[in-house]
Formats: sequence, structure tokens, C-alpha cells
Amino acid sequence: MKKATILVSLLFVAAFLLLAVSPGVMRPFGTPETTAMDDYFIDNAQTDVAANNAVTAVVFDFRGFDTLGEATVLFAAVVGILALFRKLREEER
Amino acid sequence: MNIGNFPFVVAALLVVLGLYALLFKRNLIKIVIGISLIETGVNLFLVMAGYRTGGMAPIYTLAPTPIRDMVLPTPQALTLTSIVIGLATTALLLSFAVFIHRHYGTLDIQEIKELNG
Amino acid sequence: MSKGMSVIVRTVTRCVYGMILLYGFYVIMHGHLTPGGGFQGGAVVASAFALLLVAFGAAGIKGHLNRHLLQTLEEVGALAFLALGFLGIGTAFFYNLFAGTGGFFGAPAGQLLSAGTLPLMNWAVGLKVMTGIASIVIVMMVGRRKEETE
Repeated sequence: MKKATILVSLLFVAAFLLLAVSPGVMRPFGTPETTAMDDYFIDNAQTDVAANNAVTAVVFDFRGFDTLGEATVLFAAVVGILALFRKLREEER
Repeated sequence: MNIGNFPFVVAALLVVLGLYALLFKRNLIKIVIGISLIETGVNLFLVMAGYRTGGMAPIYTLAPTPIRDMVLPTPQALTLTSIVIGLATTALLLSFAVFIHRHYGTLDIQEIKELNG
Repeated sequence: MSKGMSVIVRTVTRCVYGMILLYGFYVIMHGHLTPGGGFQGGAVVASAFALLLVAFGAAGIKGHLNRHLLQTLEEVGALAFLALGFLGIGTAFFYNLFAGTGGFFGAPAGQLLSAGTLPLMNWAVGLKVMTGIASIVIVMMVGRRKEETE
């Protein structure tokens, strides 16, 4: 009984997701709508940042604050795992 | 032949498969694999949102001389961040799985629920 | 799992380990010219450390990889990334100070020593990712070995 309920709700969510990407509702593949910011990045990455790779210029220079947040998340995860395993080894002694 | 919206449908299918593994499996490791599948589907959708038809990669080294249209670089940069955060989440989940196995002796979620009383 | 694998795997690992390290450092270093960068190259080098751990076991690694050195290097990488953000604080946070001025790391686009703080940030993030993932893998494996000997 409980499995049937979960199965019906999963089918609802699957139908909703597959309907949301169908050709009538979602924009066609390959035509982005607003490109003003990315056109500015592509035009000025080689002159302002002097880097040949536009993606690296976006990650570290134009949107460097997001990379700072990501480095913090990675650091917090590593510190959390090291603290967890230290507690386990002290428990076994 | 025209490809239509098929790439977006593949990303949605990955999310649905990940949801199935998350809801219907009893082993903890299989549930973690389901969560990882959902993250993979979402990352794929994010990268494909920045594609421009007939575009080339956003690299200037050895580019053909009249530079064609380039694909948008911002969704690729944000997907990089998302992949690293997915790695951090999966590592923490697997550490908790090791912890639970050491404490209860089993990885079956039905047995762990019944042991709690 | 703590015993390591057979003779063939150990010999091939000894040959291939240096090449994987070299390729990972190449991807980190040329992040502003070709596809790649700090995160991608850091993942490649971390997979070299994981290969070493799987082929030789936790007992064979003991004298070679120092766990406290890896943890210290990870903190150095995180602090270096933050300090590089503070370098251009006169204009803005995360301002690219050296780009375009022909000086230290200021060559025009297309050369190795160009793009200001971008290669330095690539090195800081690459160091952080590779030592972070290596220390996670080592801690998980060493903890499990203690459980098997009881």
C-alpha cells in the first residue's frame, strides 16, 4: 500500500519533469534568449583580462566571488570529514 | 535530422532515474548513488542551457581566423562550482554511511529503523 | 583491502604515477590558455594519489605520504587564494592587478606569464583541491584498517 503511493507520486513528478522540457513549453535547444552579459564577457576577455580562455576569466575574474564561496564549501567539507574520523578513532581506543 | 529538444529530455530522464533509486532502494550506498545521479542530471541541464547553434568553444588559442560565434561561457563556469559542491556533499554522505555501518553493523535502512524502537 | 594488489599492478603503478602527476601539473599551469584550470588539474593529481593508495594498500603508504603535511598544505592553499583576492583592494575586492601592464605576470594575451592573478589563483586552488581530496581518501582508508585488526 505504501509502495503504491510512492510509485504514483513518482509517476506524477516524472510526468511533470518530462512535460516541462517538451518542445511546446521549453525554448528550442540552441537559442539562448538573453545574451547581453555573455557577449560583453566574450568581447572583453582578451583585452581586459589578457587571458585566452574565456571560461577561466569568468570563473576567476569576472565572477570571482562565486569561486570564493565554492572554495569555502570544499574547505568546510574536508574539515568536517577529518573531524568525524578523529572522533571515531578516539572512540575505539 | 532535426534534434529538437532531445538533450533536455535526457537530462530530465537522469533526474527521474535518480529519484527512483533514491525512493525504492534499501541499501544506503545505492541511495547515495541515486543522489549523485540527480546531481549529474542537473549539471548536464545547466551546461546545455548555454549552447548556441553553430558556435565554437570559448577559447582564443589557435582559433579559426574569422572568429565564429562562441557559446556562452557563464553556464560552464557555474557548472564547475556545482560539480565541486556535489563532490563535497557525496564525500560527507559516504562518511556518514561508514559511521552508521560501524555503529549498527548493517547498511539496510529497514533494519536501522526497527532497531530504534 | 589493506594488503595492496598483485605484482603487475604495483609495477605498472610505479611507472605511470609520475606521468599522471606531470599531466595534472600541466593542466593546472596552462589554465588561462587551454581548457582546464585549478579544479580540473587538482582532480587529476588527486586521482594519482588514489591510485597509489589502492595499489599499495594502507600499510605500504605509511612512510611515504605524510598526512599532517597534506593537511597543512590544504590550509596554505585556502589562505593563499584569499590573500590573492585582497591584493587589489585599492580599487575593488578581487581586482586583477597585473593584467595588461607589462610587468610581473603582465604580458599580452597568449603567453604563459600573462593574465595577472589568474595563474596564481589557479595554483592556489589546484593545491587546495588535490591535497584536500588526498587527505579525505587517506583518512577513510587508515580508519578502516584499524577496524580490521580488532
